[in-house]
Amino acid sequence: MSRIEIGQHISQQFNSELEDIRERVLAMGGLVEQQIGDALRALVEVDSQLAEVVLRGDYKVNAMEVAIDEECTHIIARRQPAATDLRLVVAVIKTITDLERMGDEAERIARMALRLAEAGNGGARKHFTQIEYMGESVRKMMHDALDAFARTDPEAAVAVWREDQRIDEEYEAIMRQLITFMMEDPRSIPVALDVMWSARALERIGDRARNICEYVIYLVRGKDVRHTSLEQMEKEAREGRGA
Amino acid sequence: MEPEVRLSVQRVASVDPGMAPQDRTATMSQPDLVGSAAARPGVADGAQPTASTDADIKIRVRGLAFHYGKFQALHDINLGIRERCVTAFIGPSGCGKSTLLRAFNRIYELYPDQRASGEIILDGENILDPRQDLNLLRARVGMVFQKPTPFPMSIYDNIAFGVRLYERLSRTEMGERVEWALRKAALWGEVKDKLKQTGTQLSGGQQQRLCIARAIAVKPEVLLLDEPASALDPISTAHIEELIDELKKDYTIVIVTHNMQQAARVSDYTAFMYLGKLIEFGATDQIFTNPARKETEDYISGRYG
Repeated sequence: MSRIEIGQHISQQFNSELEDIRERVLAMGGLVEQQIGDALRALVEVDSQLAEVVLRGDYKVNAMEVAIDEECTHIIARRQPAATDLRLVVAVIKTITDLERMGDEAERIARMALRLAEAGNGGARKHFTQIEYMGESVRKMMHDALDAFARTDPEAAVAVWREDQRIDEEYEAIMRQLITFMMEDPRSIPVALDVMWSARALERIGDRARNICEYVIYLVRGKDVRHTSLEQMEKEAREGRGA
Repeated sequence: MEPEVRLSVQRVASVDPGMAPQDRTATMSQPDLVGSAAARPGVADGAQPTASTDADIKIRVRGLAFHYGKFQALHDINLGIRERCVTAFIGPSGCGKSTLLRAFNRIYELYPDQRASGEIILDGENILDPRQDLNLLRARVGMVFQKPTPFPMSIYDNIAFGVRLYERLSRTEMGERVEWALRKAALWGEVKDKLKQTGTQLSGGQQQRLCIARAIAVKPEVLLLDEPASALDPISTAHIEELIDELKKDYTIVIVTHNMQQAARVSDYTAFMYLGKLIEFGATDQIFTNPARKETEDYISGRYG
């Protein structure tokens, strides 16, 4: 079985509590995804108003993290979850930490967007195609990671995990290009640095999406695949249970 | 590489800072058994822990069946109870966990029409052998029941009674033995000034610890606990659980409990039974975080079977 069942408890209340934290993680993920998308658009379209919207929205992400954390604490205290239920609660607590940090990265990108807009940004535009491309990859990866979480599908999680390698490559490419620009024209350095920090933020979001994929494998298979090889992870995702 | 990481974590958790140095070494051997068992394929499969050497096994059960008259309560049970570890039997009512426990000192023989077949090997001897001396067996394998059962006599005599059946001790030696047992059972401080009072005047939790003191006074090798804390309040329960942790340095302990959290707290190994069969047996850490069998998962997480 690749999917987990949470609606089978004798206690209906317990079912709905677990269902509730799961849904709230997905809602939080949706919000973070939107924050990232808006931050990217604010950057690429030099839209300082949209950047402000992102900056103001981060508190909502933080509040959701706190609320879900609290609910998880209550479930542990009152239900003493075991087995899959326990792993779900642990996976949720870890996932929302990563989501909250992703929200912080979105905020960071929005700040860069604001600064570039204020600085008149002329020199930055030529880098945006690549950032936009990388941003789209990251956003898709994050979306897919949440999707793997929603469907509790470990094999999908491994597939998403693998995407992070491509994002790292895109990041490297942007770095190399920015270094070339900076060497050619030192006046471009301030703008190039801002672009670099934005790319860095995107790369970090990819890493955190990768963490979420690892929690999905833990949740479904009960195997902690952090700090293991891709081969190991693929093996656990496929078989996991001593079937 | 996993076991090493686990090992150090376990060690921190299980070593009590107040423990004497020699006690430390006794518990140190514990974690690596537990830690490596989780990684052992034989355990996770729900079968008996095949990879373990028989040297660590105090009681080896092979092909055990049990009948109440025509009703077969246990079917082909195979497992190894590890020495100086706590093994918990869990499962819904009627699954056979108490029956299995009661086979270990053949206490079922008090009733007609109950019989066990197969093998229960205690230190190399099959205790189901009809030639087995039952009194000797019960001195080696002590038992504590769900309801505290102090004898209607003084606290002192409650403990001395069993000892007198097996050993001839001088007054001083007997006094020392009674104190030793009461200290082991974490009851000495509470009763040392009223040893002549009857045991039945103690609180439920104290009575249960008195029964444990009585069981260990004859220096058994194995201690069977049948729901030892189910009739107690949380504080007395905590005392009993603390005591189990303390006792496992010297004894092999098998506990039957309906309280899954209790099994999770006190045991090193857990056996899940259902309808007279052993469904899964493994390291407690594994059973409660990642059980291999769906039946186990459903039971410990409160799902319908």
